[in-house]
Amino acid sequence: MLCFTWLLLPLLLLSAARQAPADLSATGQPGHALARSAEDHEDGGASHHGGGYKIVQWEWSYVQTPYIIAIWLLVASVAKILFHFSQRFTTVVPESCVLILLGLVLGAVVLIANKKQLYQLDPGLFFLFLLPTIVGDAGYFMPSRLFFDNLGAILMYAVVGTLWNAFCTGFCLYGVKLAGVIDDKVQAGLMEFLLFGALISAVDPVAVLAVFEEVHVNEMLFIIVFGESLLNDAVTVVLYKVYISFVEVGPGNVQTADYFKGVASFLVVSIGGTMVGLIFAVILAFITRFTKKVRIIEPLFIFLLVYLAYLTAELFSLSAILSMTFCGIGCNKYVEANISQKSRTTVKYTMKTLASIAETIIFIFLGISAVDKSKWAWDTGLIACTLIFIFVFRAMGVVGQTWILNKFRLVPLEKIDQVVMSYGGLRGAVAFALVVLLDGEQVKAKDYFVATTIVVVFFTVMFQGLTIKPLVKWLKVPRSTNRKPTINEEIHERAFDHILAAIEDIAGLNGYHHWRDKWEQFDKNYLSKLLLRKSVYHKSELWEAYQKINIRDAISVIDQGGNILTSARLSLPSMASRTSFPEVTNVTNYLRENGSGVCLDLQVIDTNPGAKVEEETETHHVLAGNLYKPRRRYQSHYSRHFMTVGDQERQEREVFQRNMRNRLESFKSTHYKRHKKDRSQKKARAQLHLSQLLLLLTSRVKPTNTQLRLGMTQAELVLKREGCSEENKGERSEPDKDEDVGITFVARKGSETPKERPKSVPAALEVCQSPSVAPPSPTCGEKNLPWKGGIGTLPPCVSVEATKIIPIDLQQAWNQSISSLESLASPPVPQEPQHPRVSALYRLSGPPRPPPPPPPVPGQFQFPGGKEEEEESALSQQQEPWLKKQPILSQLCTETKRNQHST
Amino acid sequence: RWRLFSDLLYKHNFSEIIQRASKIFVSHSQITRLYSRFHSLDKGENGALSREDFQRIPELAINPLGDRIINAFFPEGEDQVNFRGFMRTLAHFRPVEDNEKNKDPSAGEPLNSRNNKLLFAFRLYDLDRDDKISRDELLQVLRMMVGVNISDEQLGSIADRTIQEADTNGDMCISFSEFIKVLEKVDVEQKMSIRFLH
Repeated sequence: MLCFTWLLLPLLLLSAARQAPADLSATGQPGHALARSAEDHEDGGASHHGGGYKIVQWEWSYVQTPYIIAIWLLVASVAKILFHFSQRFTTVVPESCVLILLGLVLGAVVLIANKKQLYQLDPGLFFLFLLPTIVGDAGYFMPSRLFFDNLGAILMYAVVGTLWNAFCTGFCLYGVKLAGVIDDKVQAGLMEFLLFGALISAVDPVAVLAVFEEVHVNEMLFIIVFGESLLNDAVTVVLYKVYISFVEVGPGNVQTADYFKGVASFLVVSIGGTMVGLIFAVILAFITRFTKKVRIIEPLFIFLLVYLAYLTAELFSLSAILSMTFCGIGCNKYVEANISQKSRTTVKYTMKTLASIAETIIFIFLGISAVDKSKWAWDTGLIACTLIFIFVFRAMGVVGQTWILNKFRLVPLEKIDQVVMSYGGLRGAVAFALVVLLDGEQVKAKDYFVATTIVVVFFTVMFQGLTIKPLVKWLKVPRSTNRKPTINEEIHERAFDHILAAIEDIAGLNGYHHWRDKWEQFDKNYLSKLLLRKSVYHKSELWEAYQKINIRDAISVIDQGGNILTSARLSLPSMASRTSFPEVTNVTNYLRENGSGVCLDLQVIDTNPGAKVEEETETHHVLAGNLYKPRRRYQSHYSRHFMTVGDQERQEREVFQRNMRNRLESFKSTHYKRHKKDRSQKKARAQLHLSQLLLLLTSRVKPTNTQLRLGMTQAELVLKREGCSEENKGERSEPDKDEDVGITFVARKGSETPKERPKSVPAALEVCQSPSVAPPSPTCGEKNLPWKGGIGTLPPCVSVEATKIIPIDLQQAWNQSISSLESLASPPVPQEPQHPRVSALYRLSGPPRPPPPPPPVPGQFQFPGGKEEEEESALSQQQEPWLKKQPILSQLCTETKRNQHST
Repeated sequence: RWRLFSDLLYKHNFSEIIQRASKIFVSHSQITRLYSRFHSLDKGENGALSREDFQRIPELAINPLGDRIINAFFPEGEDQVNFRGFMRTLAHFRPVEDNEKNKDPSAGEPLNSRNNKLLFAFRLYDLDRDDKISRDELLQVLRMMVGVNISDEQLGSIADRTIQEADTNGDMCISFSEFIKVLEKVDVEQKMSIRFLH
């Protein structure tokens, strides 16, 4: 049935062409016809409406242009359907090959029927419409982390490699021509051959994308080859233009200055193109900030501005591909965060559809264009030499550059990778369009060049495209896997990242990650503030993740007729909490028990995951949203779009607090062990301190005094309040930061005082934990260990750097800890308020900030040594009440904790 | 630089250093570089680093696993680490090089082998050194790595799932062999490596 349609289509096309032969032969290509559709409209209307009234009118000229375009698209799409009928066929033959073959067949049909080739790949159509759709898609969905991680290699291959290929191919062809291998009919001098070398040497993004997408080599290899094919555009454009101008003026008239102009032009074209792209990226991101009320046209803005970036670069004859690529890479993060989920899906699918159809049309038209005898001039010598040269020089270039690159790369490119990279140097439609654009008057050998280009393109796309898959298999190139990481991998890999970041810090290395970090700071402080919506900028990523899961679960439940589900059940999107919820109380459990497989995420629709997968996806989401990002090395694919930038800060604060507490913890415990016998004494003292504390607090924080009896949880609560008031004393603090103020408290809340959840936690979450009594289980180990006291173990000397890295509102705590350590390090100076080194630190750390709190006196550390009694008394005589509190409280906590353990 | 290097040779046994160097780090410049770092960290100037020396690095204060990693530098029961130990730990993160892959196995496993890299990570979880990651130990690390917004319950079920996924012998713990197995598809050589020389 479909085969029949398939056969029918070319016929239809043909008949269409025959109906208006004059018109078509004049326009030649659908692309041009498009431009003239308006005129056609008027002409056709006038002529056809002239006669008497007819019931059915033949309005061909009226609909002709869009009709032909639509039919071409239909042919291409149907061809794709047919092609994917046979699974086995698809795995062997790449789609691009089949499309070219189909193009050849169609071209032959048209040629036989019309005696003349009506269609060909028109450079205007190609550069203005087909190429941008593909490049736009590639740029917008470029995995930016991977891209920038390998940027060095990509740039090297794109610039040096392309230049090397172009010059070597050009010169060698000229040499071969002098040697007489190439026929004399090919009238070309050095400049012509260099020009040809320039256009034939560039690796083609369309072909690379088409072939490599099916091969599934590992991501690094793919991004290097593909990135090269995108970025070499600037080199190709410049070389092409420079040589054309040289050919025009004649090689004899080229002056030395022209070469320098060429170099300057390269810089202008590449950097200018990039800048245009980035400017448009900023504009686009900025616009999407304000589309809240007009969600429906969000996708349009993206298409328009990305396309405008391309056109603008073309307008100034800059590198359009570079411009579009960087526009896509640049805007992606902000745009994706700003637009709605629906728009995201729309953008994604539209872009993919357009790119896919553009690719199909390009390959079909390549095939058709080949069947055009009038444009051909075959010369075996030229063709054979070109094929050999581009292959050999590509291989040599790759090996040579890789040798240099490997000296600087963490992951060296293996021999296997080099083979694939050499072999993957596919040429394609860009080269063809460029060669067709040549002026036959200026370049006498144009027809030979066209024929050679076609053969080269066919050879690389078809032969190499066909054989690269077996080659990759045979060489056992690491493939990319599409499987989702398991929970274990997710957790452990994140741990790896943290480990590496820490090791780098310990080893004192500042390389790529250092600059990455700098950029992220800049992004956080300025760009994101400017380009992200306020709501997005402040939104909790967790909330986002939960919303997504919630919606998806709910819809999947409803999809499978889950009408029995009450709204109460729907309110629990969270992880299955098996222990406390044996019944079906949340969607996930419900889904699991029903073996549900419906999933809203369109990407996953094909796989139709079972309940287990479903649940894993959720865990994935929860983890993705909540695992701390390593400071420098975090994975780009880690749902980065939802990583609001304020989170980094919050994360740093939490971790800092937790770490500090743990350090003190271990400090205490090590010192504490020695004094076990003192336990009873201390207990008594703690009681005393508790009463002191009570007095102190009741006088100060009225609302909380009743809570003190309830044990350490509440004591901590009080401490928290106190932290706030301290903070308020010191400097004006923003209201929304109140929760996080002070070093001691926030990290605890989540783990031990479930009722004191941060306000940002969604209400839905409350439900899942309310029944749990949160017993002081030993499971939470170090985190649950109470905050025991005085700020300690930090060493006296800290680099100025610290003030940059530690979050601003923690610097006080940091300084405090330093000073307390200072006092610990030099015990015999109890009265000295500030150690010289500490004050030196303050001087160094730049702008004057509010004077640091007086450093805690050594009395804070009651544990070491036998001087405790004196210190105690000294402590109680202290004037500053807040200084007392921490040691007192800490001891209180210690006691409480111990009681807890003993019970 | 050279002063430092001679300093290094003076402070530590010369032959030992050279032996170490050839085994762990290839080039002298790497050693001198790391020694100068070691030196600058060593505020006590006694040729060994204490925990406090590490804790003074500000970036580690905001690294969720910072203190666990510091602990990894210290051999069991000691609270000082000399340059040799320092290098030994860092050597875990040296990238695996080609010529090392097919080196004869008689020379012993290098510190930067896949297994040793994994062991390093495993030890971060395994606090009590019983060669098993229990649920509690896993929970501790998870709690360090996630924000406060995840409840204990959620974390508990994540830990449960993690263990279920990895556990093959049903003891509800992750042994080192299970740890290797569950990460067998991960490119550990790459993800646990740092270029030490820039």
